[in-house]
Order: sequence, then structure tokens, then C-alpha cells
Amino acid sequence: MIKILLQILRTGIVTEPLPPAGEPGIIGSGIKEPCIIEPEIKEIGTKLEEAIRKRFRRSLTIRQVDAGSCNGCELEIHAINNPIYNCERFGIHFTASPRFADMLLVTGPVTHNMEIALQRTYNATPTPKLVVAVGDCGCNGGIFGTSYASLGGIDKVIPVDAYISGCPPTPVDLLNGILKAIR
Amino acid sequence: MSTLKDALTSALGENVTLRDAQYPNSVISCTVPKEKFVDAAKTMKKAFALLAAEWATDESPMGRGFGVYACYRWGAEYLIVKTEISVDDPTFPSLTKQFVPAYRFERQIKSLMGITPAGHPDPRPWIKFEDWPEDAWPLRKSFDPSKPMSRVKGEYQWIKADGEGVYEIPVGPVHAGIIEPGHFRFQAVGETVINLEGRLGYVHKGIEKRFESLSWHEGARLAARVSGDTTVAHVLAYCMAMESMAGCNPPERALWLRALFLERERIANHLGDLGAICNDAAFAFMLYQMMRLKEMLMRTNHKLFGHRFIMDKVIPGGVAVDIGPEGKSEIYNEMDYLSKEFEKLVAIYDENSSLEDRVRDTGILSAEMARELCVVGIVARASGLNLDCRIFNPFPPYGQYERLKLDVPVLVTGDVHARAWVRVLEVRESIRLIRWLLVNLPGGAIACPETMPEPGSAGFAAVEGWRGEIIYWLQAGLKGEINRCMVRDPSSVNWLGLEQSIHGNIVPDFPLCNKSYNQSYSGHDL
Repeated sequence: MIKILLQILRTGIVTEPLPPAGEPGIIGSGIKEPCIIEPEIKEIGTKLEEAIRKRFRRSLTIRQVDAGSCNGCELEIHAINNPIYNCERFGIHFTASPRFADMLLVTGPVTHNMEIALQRTYNATPTPKLVVAVGDCGCNGGIFGTSYASLGGIDKVIPVDAYISGCPPTPVDLLNGILKAIR
Repeated sequence: MSTLKDALTSALGENVTLRDAQYPNSVISCTVPKEKFVDAAKTMKKAFALLAAEWATDESPMGRGFGVYACYRWGAEYLIVKTEISVDDPTFPSLTKQFVPAYRFERQIKSLMGITPAGHPDPRPWIKFEDWPEDAWPLRKSFDPSKPMSRVKGEYQWIKADGEGVYEIPVGPVHAGIIEPGHFRFQAVGETVINLEGRLGYVHKGIEKRFESLSWHEGARLAARVSGDTTVAHVLAYCMAMESMAGCNPPERALWLRALFLERERIANHLGDLGAICNDAAFAFMLYQMMRLKEMLMRTNHKLFGHRFIMDKVIPGGVAVDIGPEGKSEIYNEMDYLSKEFEKLVAIYDENSSLEDRVRDTGILSAEMARELCVVGIVARASGLNLDCRIFNPFPPYGQYERLKLDVPVLVTGDVHARAWVRVLEVRESIRLIRWLLVNLPGGAIACPETMPEPGSAGFAAVEGWRGEIIYWLQAGLKGEINRCMVRDPSSVNWLGLEQSIHGNIVPDFPLCNKSYNQSYSGHDL
């Protein structure tokens, strides 16, 4: 137990700070990690927090749906939940049920075999709802294109409000795209 | 000298015809008549070989019928046995009774190529859902992949269990979490699972068919997206198979950089998995600590190689990005930091008794079962099977045993802890490898001019990704185009292992077992 507490203390807060900005490269309790801070995160974070406070009463609930992706986009969506991006501090929360969701974050391309499941998830989400298509494949089918098995972008199946391109989009792209969708 | 070839020729004699134009030359390919296909499998079983893959091709553009291929592995040897099937009688003898993994491979062959495995115990389709038209066999050349399919009525026949107190839990395809889609059905009594049946295919994007319409160069981009978490290993296997057919030898430095990318991918994914396994045992501390370290690697990748997952940086003929002295020292420092932090976390994992209670003796895959199911990679190595392509089928620098002294951990308990601990040991070894690669990295070019595969030839490659052995088998058509690209992700065989390990465990331990396997859905469904 003592080791766990020590490790927590030693690690400190690794979440990238919002303004007033910390010294670049110094994170938490002064441990220098061999990695770089992304300066965009400060700016996007502040705007996201403000938009979520105003429009969603401080809580934006997202249901992520994989409609056929290669798992690349999922890893980056995981990353925005890691302690460095820590999207919960902006009021973003990922939920297990579409019935609690304000937003569907959908990765694609939509496969023939996932079409019905995606349709049902969309119908289970209460209105008003937002749909964000994630990744090049979610936007237009990407390298998988349209075929017997892939129907292409998310908007072929359900209405989409915003698009986040990238293969896969970086965590900063994702936060930016979510911001674009709710503004 | 090939033990498997000798065994086969001595058992079947004149029935075995050796085939050429299969590259690299170390992989032996032969043809046997249809009625000897099962005998060949029996001979392989007697020679202690494991079934690595089974697939079918439509060779009508070459003026032939269908081909059914079975690839066997024994130690460092791979042997491909082919049998030719006529268009008028599209059936072949099933190998399921000899090799269990053929169970899924053959259902897939039947569903996507429309060739029936005679004697197969399960007639249900696989990946092809019941609402596809009966005659939709996408891998046949006569199938037009550009048109969307209509839906027909049909219902999947699940395995049923009944009796007093037996109930069923359906899960998915949209799971409670940020993961890929798949459907699982548990039959349980109280908390105990008596059977688990998975049904996959939800993310079937028609990848194998898609390859056939792409150029060799574009194919590399598609291979990088078969399974996003294993992008380096997949594209590497594709490139190695293609290069063997094209007689292209990438420069030494490129091969070493490929190994560097591969080991970085292995560390990043193992860190994520160790965190996720602990998180599913309600130990969130470890998830956040591991994710922090993983993010550090991702950012360094982005800074030095231009992509967080190093996607599209392995290209046919070499690599697309080099590393300078500053990059080297940056990775060196990063490895020092990672190693120090990782060891602290491993000590915490190791001393945590409540965690130990969850991970030990949970989800056991016995050594006998692992062999029977021909599992690969971390799952195999946690259940006593010593398999690693870096040792048995190496490319430089892995081939330099004397200098490299690669240590592959093999554990025998086969439980969740063993699968986690194999990862711990592999992370340590990969850190050591990366340091060694950086110190000894040879100079020179990072790519050679791309050459095109010889028409009508076939190429094979096996690469040890972080999950395990990835196999690509490529076949060039008569004009030199891609006629067939067979992809075998480790998940294609390891999913069967998960279904077996969960028997007798309690329902709440399923997520834990599942995380310890962490299979790819996309790599399986294709």
C-alpha cells in the first residue's frame, strides 16, 4: 500500500495544465518526463470547458460506437481519457448506454454487418442528439471505400453533425472535433 | 533439409508434387491430390506440426479451379500443402478432426469462397451473416464487390444449453466500453459459466477482397489498417511477403529500423494491456500509471517518426523515416525513464494480494489445450508453447542470436497472471532490444527501389507482432497484379482459446480473461 501511495505522490498531477501555463516540459511535481507538452491542449481545453458549461450544464455524455473501424481510432479515444489529456475535467464523460448519451462518437467505415446495430444505437439515443463521425473511414469510408461489406462513411446510415478526419485523428484532433460539434 | 517435407514425401510418396514460385525458398510448398489432403494433415499431426492457417483461392484467371491451402508449422519450418478443387465439384475434405483451428478457417472458406468442407461438424456460416444472400461468395472472382448486398431473412443457430437454473447472457455487438464490436453468449448456472460462444464478423470490411483491386503499393496502406493497434507488424508482414516475390532486399539499416518500430509497438500495447487487465480487477491506479507511460511513447513516436502509431512508415523496399543522433538519444533517455518507472509498477503489481487473488488461476488455458488449438503469441507462451517468429523465423537483426541473445519468456500456468507476466517480461526484453538496436544501428540507405513481384508467384511471411505470429500469403496473377492476399492475424486462432479458458469461471471474470487475451476483432473479421 505504501508503495502505491508513494508512486501516486511521486507522479503528481500529469494532466496537461490549462492557463496559467506551467513551464514546458515540467509536469506535476517537477519530474521531467522525456516528452513534449502539446500547446494546443491549453487553448482547446479552455474553450471546451466553456462550451460544455454553457450548453450541457457542465456534463457532455458520449457513447462511442465502433461501426467497423480497425481499432486505431478507438486507441486514440482511449487516449483522451488518459491522465495526460484527462477529458473528464472538461465535463466529457463516456457512458456505457446510448440511452444516457448526448453525443454518439462513431468510427467507421460502417460495415454491412454493423449497419443494423448502428441504426438501433442511434434510435436508442434520446433527442436532441449529436453524431460525430471519427476518422477518415468514418468520414468517407477511407481506404476501405464502399463495397459489398463496407457502406462507406457514417452519414450513409445516420445523420452526422460533425466530422473529425485523420488516420487516426490525434487526441488533440478529437477534442477539437468534439468542440466543433457542440459550439 | 526439411523435417516436414521428408515426413510428407515418405508418407505420401508420388502423390506429393513440389511447387516452385513460392517465396521465400525456405517455405516449402507442395500439391497433393484432394483425396490425400487429410492424409497429409495426419502425417503433419504425427510430425508434431501445428496448423498455422488454412485458406482458399479462386485461380480461374490462371485457367485453374479453386485452390485450398493448409500451412503447417514446426519449429522454424513452414510447409504449405495445396490441393486443387474443380469448379464443378467445389468440396474438399475437412481437416477439423485433425486440427481444431481448421474449424473456424473452414467455416470461413465455405462462407466467403463457397467451397464446402466435407465432413465438417458445423454447417453454420462464419463472418457471413445469415442475412447475406446465399450465393454471395465475395472471394470468388465472379463476385462483383462494388455493389451493396441485399438482405435476406435468416437466423443464426446458437448453441443451446438447458436444465434447471441455466440462463443465458447475450452481450454485444455494441459493448459497454470503447472497444470493437462482437457478440458473446454465455450460458451460466448461478455465477459459473458453463459455455461461451462468440460470434464475430461485425467489422468485416471486405479487406481480403479489397486487396485484389489495389496496386501493390496501395496494398501496403491497406495492410497497415487491418488492425490499427498492430499497424507496424501487419504492414511489415505484407512488405516481407511482397519483397520475397519481387527479389527485393531492403538495406540493413531499414531492417533494423523496422525492428525498432516493431519493438516500440510491442511495448506500447503491452503497457496498455497491463493497465487494462488491472483495471478490470478494479485496480484503476495501474491503468492510469500505464496509460501515462504509453502516452509518453506515443508522443515520442509522433515527434521522431511523424505518427503516433508509426503507421505507413514501413513501406515496400524499406522504411519511410530515418532516425538521427538526437532521436537516438531521445529514445535512449525515454527507455531509461520507462524502465525505472515500469519496474516500480511491476513491484506494485507483484505485491498486491487482492489483485493476485483475481488474476491467479483465472481463465486457465492448459498446455495441452493450447497445443490442440494451435494458439500463437503471448497466449501460447503463457501456456507453455515456445513459439516466437523472432527466434524461429527471424529477419535481421533478430537473426543475429549470438549478438542479440533474444530471451523469449515461456510460462506454464496459462492463467490471466501468466498472460500478464509474459507481457511484463517482454516489455523488459524489448527495452533491452531497443537500446541494443540503437547502439548497433548500421548506416546506409533506408529504402531500396521498389520492384514488382514476378507474375504467377506466391509470397509468404510470418512476423511476430505484439499479439503473436501474423501471416501474410500473397499470390500474384498472370499480369503481376494481386490475385489473392491471405491475412492471418493471431486473433484468428486465439479467439478459440478464450472460449475454452472461460469454462468453469465466474461471469465477472470474463472481462478479466478477455483483457488478458485482448484479441483483435478487425484482424479476425477482415
